[in-house]
Amino acid sequence: MVRALLRRAFTGLAVVLGVVTLMFFLIRLAPGDPALLLVGPTASDEQLAAQRRSLGLDQPLPQQYASWLTRFTRGDWGTSIATGRRVSAMIAEAWPATVRLVGLSLFLSYVLGIVIGAIQAGSGGRVDTSLSVVTVTLFALPGYWLGLMLVMLFTYWARALPAFGAAGFDADFLTGWSRVADRLRHLALPLTTLTLIGVGGVARYVRGAMLDVRGAPHVAVARAKGLSPAEVNFRHVLRNALIPVVTLLGLSLPALFSGAVFIESIFAWPGVGRVMVEAVGARDYPVIMAATAVSAALVVVGNLLAELLTAWVDPRVRTGHQGAQ
Amino acid sequence: MTLASHSLLRDRRAQFGLVVILLAIVVALAAPLLAGDPVVQRDIVTTRFLPPLSTDVHGAFHALGTDRFGRDVWARLAYGARISLGVGVLAVLLSVSIGVLIGAASGFWPGAVGTLLLGLTDFALALPRVVLLLLLASLWQPSAALVVAVLGVTGWMTVARLVHGEVRALSARPFVESAVALGVGGPRVLMRHILPNAMTPVIVTAALGVGNAIMLEAGLSFLGLGVQPPTPSWGNLIASGRDTLVNAPWVATAPGVALVLVVVAATLLGDALRDRMDPAQRREVI
Repeated sequence: MVRALLRRAFTGLAVVLGVVTLMFFLIRLAPGDPALLLVGPTASDEQLAAQRRSLGLDQPLPQQYASWLTRFTRGDWGTSIATGRRVSAMIAEAWPATVRLVGLSLFLSYVLGIVIGAIQAGSGGRVDTSLSVVTVTLFALPGYWLGLMLVMLFTYWARALPAFGAAGFDADFLTGWSRVADRLRHLALPLTTLTLIGVGGVARYVRGAMLDVRGAPHVAVARAKGLSPAEVNFRHVLRNALIPVVTLLGLSLPALFSGAVFIESIFAWPGVGRVMVEAVGARDYPVIMAATAVSAALVVVGNLLAELLTAWVDPRVRTGHQGAQ
Repeated sequence: MTLASHSLLRDRRAQFGLVVILLAIVVALAAPLLAGDPVVQRDIVTTRFLPPLSTDVHGAFHALGTDRFGRDVWARLAYGARISLGVGVLAVLLSVSIGVLIGAASGFWPGAVGTLLLGLTDFALALPRVVLLLLLASLWQPSAALVVAVLGVTGWMTVARLVHGEVRALSARPFVESAVALGVGGPRVLMRHILPNAMTPVIVTAALGVGNAIMLEAGLSFLGLGVQPPTPSWGNLIASGRDTLVNAPWVATAPGVALVLVVVAATLLGDALRDRMDPAQRREVI
């Protein structure tokens, strides 16, 4: 187990290194020069060259890569070209907003999705069919379009909820509960959008998994023992059906960092997704690279975590026994 | 196969999915017959922002209203279907081809080749897709062909993993072993005996993937990195309606509803296919 883990950790590191390397050279290939954006279109060639020299962009690419990698692994993420601020500070500032939004929406969509999927698999018939119509529609909704529709309904028509940012302009003057209320009102629309588009997928997954488990021998035994349908469904079907859901949850870990790019740009949410979109637009190399490295690392860690969690809840995986699937 | 298709046609999900998709294809193909010109603007002042079901001063009827340039929303929707459906289908064809190729090779030659290809798959899965999409879209002029390439190149990993698993499982089956024992060569075993049996989950994934690809195309066009106006695609139609949500909500609503309908149809068709063709696979695909 420990050896397998070490091996996975090593390949994971290799994957992250590969991703970071590819992205480093890919963004240099893209047209656009951050130095030009800094000095402006009217600058002379000498000014541009001086700017490039001070950013270290005049060095050969492999050398730039090596020095970036050494500094990055030592924890020095560099300075943003576009804003002049520490990259680590920019990301540290944006991350809580993303975690708040994406974390809450993941939590809500998993809880709601598991409940809806369990109701569907447990009841069948007309209830199942009508809920299926709902979940497949939610599954098919593009997030940015749903966001626009909610803005149209709740901001422009009902004039009830704000559509931009994480706090109002007067947030600094609010105290106590009114400040919390202001935050919650700003959170409402993006959170609803993200949760709604997430619920459909989870519910469909849970329903399918429960229907699969229902055919397993241990469920027939539980029924034969005379357990009530509710007990069979919850103790013997749902618990086993949640094993693949745990994997799904592990795979959505990276979303906590970069998952809500479209939604963040619709609602002007000050999170990591928006920092990334702006950084790509401005060719802000240090910011793009730091964000890439963190999100690639999270993908690897999420995969590993999903496997560990699955091994923890499913003894068959832990012992390497591949029995009844 | 006839039995399977008969029972598929009796499935209500499949009926709905097929009807909607066929309708969308007909509208896309027959757009010049069913709708006016999607780009030309005759007279902005009198024809802009007409609500749905209205007739303008020139006597032209606008079932879905007009946008801020006085262009007919229905015409743009019908012509946009060409781009959106075409890009969705082509992107899935590309990603499925890459996925089958890599998955089959890695499953059939589990040694160094397999390890290398599986590593490549893990690597591609760890690439931050949105950043990659943004970068690729800025490397070349945004266009429909670029969107197909970008979606294809960043979307093959699920199929590769799926095919890898299928090929590994099938390779140990007696009929494959007997084919090898009879002296059939490696590539021929793979092409004739293994891959045809591994195709069921691939077809299902492809059906489900078309909806996803259409949605992603719209997302890219929405960010301004996909199909460029004035060529209409459902994504850039939604984007263009974003600024007029207050005085002309129908501009963004119509393409969104069309998009949701087609994606629901593709998903339901995929579900029905999966249940008919291979009930055991139900859990593998979301």
